[in-house]
Amino acid sequence: MNNLPLITLLTLTPLVGALVLALSGDRGERPAKGVALGFGFLALLEALLLVTGFDGKSAALQFVERHAWIPSLGVEYFVAVDGLSILLVLLSALLVPFAVAVSGGVGDRPRTFYALMLLLQAGLFGAFTALNFFHWFIFWEISLVPAYFLIKLWGGPARRAAATQFFIYTFVGSVAMLLAMQAVFLATGTFDLPRLAELARSGELVRGLEAKLHWTGLSATALGTVLFVGVFLGFAVKVPLMPFHTWLPATYAEAPSSVTMLLTGAMSKMGVYGFLRILAPLFPGQLRDLLGPLMALAVLTIVASAFAAFAQKDLKRMLAYSSINHLGLCLLGLFAAMQPTANTAGWQTEKVAALNGVLLQMFNHGLTAAALFGFMALLERRAAGLRGLDDFGGLRRVAPVFAGLMGISLFASLGLPGLNGFIGEFLIFKGAFPLAPFAAALSTLGLLLTAIFLLTLIQRVFAGPLNERWKNFPDLTRGELLIFAPAVALMFVLGVAPQLVVRLINPTVIEAVNRLGN
Amino acid sequence: MLAWTIYISFAAAAAMFLLKPESRQGARVLAVVAALAGLGVGLVGAVQHAGGGLVTIQKLPWVPTIGAEYHLAADGISLTLVILTGLAAVVGILFSWNVEHRTREFFALYLALIGGVYGVFLSFDLLLLFVFYEIAIVPKYFLIAIWGSTRREYAAMKLALYSFIGSAMVLAGLVAAYVVSGAQTFSLVELAKYPFPASFQNWAFPLVFVGFAILAGLWPFHTWAPTGHSAAPTAASMLLAGVVMKLGAYGCLRVAMTLFPEGLAAWRDVFGGLAVVGIVYGALVSLTQRDFKFVIGYSSVSHMGFVLLGLMTLSTIGLSGAVLQMFSHGVIAGLLFGVVGRMVYDREHTRDLDELQGRRLGRTMPFAAVTFVVAGLASMGLPGFSGFVAELKVLIGAWQTFPKFAVIAGVGIVLGVAYTLRAVQKAFFSGDKEDVPGAVQGGHGHGESAITLPEKIGAVVLIATTVLIGLYPKLLLDWIVPSFASPLFDGLRKGGLQ
Repeated sequence: MNNLPLITLLTLTPLVGALVLALSGDRGERPAKGVALGFGFLALLEALLLVTGFDGKSAALQFVERHAWIPSLGVEYFVAVDGLSILLVLLSALLVPFAVAVSGGVGDRPRTFYALMLLLQAGLFGAFTALNFFHWFIFWEISLVPAYFLIKLWGGPARRAAATQFFIYTFVGSVAMLLAMQAVFLATGTFDLPRLAELARSGELVRGLEAKLHWTGLSATALGTVLFVGVFLGFAVKVPLMPFHTWLPATYAEAPSSVTMLLTGAMSKMGVYGFLRILAPLFPGQLRDLLGPLMALAVLTIVASAFAAFAQKDLKRMLAYSSINHLGLCLLGLFAAMQPTANTAGWQTEKVAALNGVLLQMFNHGLTAAALFGFMALLERRAAGLRGLDDFGGLRRVAPVFAGLMGISLFASLGLPGLNGFIGEFLIFKGAFPLAPFAAALSTLGLLLTAIFLLTLIQRVFAGPLNERWKNFPDLTRGELLIFAPAVALMFVLGVAPQLVVRLINPTVIEAVNRLGN
Repeated sequence: MLAWTIYISFAAAAAMFLLKPESRQGARVLAVVAALAGLGVGLVGAVQHAGGGLVTIQKLPWVPTIGAEYHLAADGISLTLVILTGLAAVVGILFSWNVEHRTREFFALYLALIGGVYGVFLSFDLLLLFVFYEIAIVPKYFLIAIWGSTRREYAAMKLALYSFIGSAMVLAGLVAAYVVSGAQTFSLVELAKYPFPASFQNWAFPLVFVGFAILAGLWPFHTWAPTGHSAAPTAASMLLAGVVMKLGAYGCLRVAMTLFPEGLAAWRDVFGGLAVVGIVYGALVSLTQRDFKFVIGYSSVSHMGFVLLGLMTLSTIGLSGAVLQMFSHGVIAGLLFGVVGRMVYDREHTRDLDELQGRRLGRTMPFAAVTFVVAGLASMGLPGFSGFVAELKVLIGAWQTFPKFAVIAGVGIVLGVAYTLRAVQKAFFSGDKEDVPGAVQGGHGHGESAITLPEKIGAVVLIATTVLIGLYPKLLLDWIVPSFASPLFDGLRKGGLQ
């Protein structure tokens, strides 16, 4: 059992599924969706096997697979999971079947649609488990392709511009990152991420830059900063951190809602994952040097996106900005944990709290945001594409279950205690307040605004007098209930017992805080 | 063994004329059998050749009075390009299955071109190399002038003139080297050992380098490429972009750089700069083209810029990246021209992107659309395809030598994404959905709208190759990298090759 290359199998499963769909004949949507669901559940099963086999008491890399690949480039086939990876693998394994189940009425080329969904999942699995930069980068880039086509071929009226903008923005960031990583390779001769992190800790990375790239005329510090900015751009666009976010609202709004579920639920996590796995470990010194401006960007992201969400009339755009806001909190927590402090147990505890909060927030936002966009998919389907804030009203009278479940998800999103969103945000702020009091205090403004606009949403759409136009608005069908009930149940479970997740990540987080040191 | 690649091609070209003129199927079968045999010989020879060192295949006196020899040999670089030629030859024929006009002559010229190309890649005597290089020009001219499309006479003439000017420069440089060395030999191995005086190298290097680089699409001598590629019949554009441009780059590396390392050192920044200009300029111009083939034509200029930049980095990683990029671009450009020239143009009879927009080709020819998307992704340097590894190596090499160029080349990559997406959208995926169904008539009804089996085989072979090399570049790198350890590159090593 332990010899089984479980991670490779996990990554291959959706690929095989996509291949099966691509090669099978066109028999309409239902069989295609069935196949995608089947493979989705198979992958979920494998992910659960990983989780049960995972030793939660250890921060070590587990299920390691390592093979020679391209020696002349220092490239290995190297996959493994630690607490961070396994959390996001689990999230991706949960969200893809969820999104596939919500999809429907795809219209043309249903096989291609579902094959692309599975391909996206393979990209996610690969990106969250690969530990050699080259290997990781393949999945990081490849996952763009299915996302691009899902938006481009099945999106809303302005989909073409949105898809192109999405692709180009992300690609620009990726190229900047790639160039910087090439310089890192020149300095160190390796693409191995854990190894590079070690070299960065011992200071060898910077010395290598100085020795190998002396011709640039830049000091090692300046050069380090330039490379840091290159890698930073790649991730900042993906998360996104303001002001690199401009692609996101259009993309999330134009993409079919079931695809947005994956974009916001899982793909945005690739950006935060990059911050945690690559940027912070490889450039800890540079990150600390720029901590002030970075913190300012995080606060800007949190507050400005909340204001922007407040001003939206389109529900999907409102939720899109809300996503930016939630991911901004992740970065606030991360930057707070990077704050230089005395090396005392007290400070360590705060940092561990903040980082644990970040990881929890990633998982919880993934779940909640996916559920919200899932409800949007149903809403759009019932309202023939309408999704304005003022298009509805009083829906809870005709569709109480729909309103109830979506309401719960909204409350989870604004961080109501007892639901999943609360604990992550709480931990982030618990850590951030002592570590970065000013930034944390400003960010609470974002929390407040989030509460206001999400409540406004509930009021305008579900409460108030019933808009006569929707008097025949159907409530959730039994099938839909079957899809959404588990997601909402999970929000309660994690709200009450966050330990289920913390158990997996805590040792990894403690180890990370120790390693990042001061 | 490898020498048979040359003989088979020329023999089959001659044998074409034994067939009756109207026996088109016979000509096709003969051509594909000969190309397959060439590819097979190339592969077997390559496998036997393990290691990538320089191995002589045949060495006979040829023109003893001047010391010219019939010297065929191969190292890992030659092998890589021989295999590329074999692949391109086979797939090109599969994509020309529908040539009905003077089929026999078409394939005869085609095979003669292939034979000449094999000859260049395997010659280690400069005079011999030059002869093969010239042989390759003639069939190109006729292939475009007789079977071409848009402004074919103009394009054919332009290509021939550019090629001849380049050849003249090369010849002048080679003769000068022969005279200056006074060694009474054209042997590349011998001449590479000769320390030419620096003052001589300083003018001989740019002469020979540019002479070859014209064919590699070096900016600003690239203008023959887009017009030539566009006017040529599909198989010829596949060969032009896929293989013939590599002849130029190969000559730059094999002859100019090997013979004149000191000249290289003096001119390195200049040509590195021109290469980067080519990368960005080609991509920018490609972004504005209306003719689908011009988009691909200019993208070739951009991608060949990476080859030239890699050569100028003068590091093993950059040089091996350049050779890998030659292979990779050969495969990908072949695929792109195959889709545009054969699958789209032969059926839609237009290459104007604005006209194709709205024909819903993504729906009427899904196979072509998928093939083009995959080829486009490979072309934009997405990881997992061969172009990524090659450009990665070139850029790492460039970081070492010209960091600024590396960053500018990065801009070129982004532009590459932009023009590829634009072409994909315009040609295949616009007009979907928002149009009233049936409002536009697409490819159906032309009688031969379905993609034929030979096309599918050709496309699948090329896609498989780029993915295979993208995921496992070691297959080729194990030949390419050790090549640079041979004594042939001693001069370059003294000049700083790492």
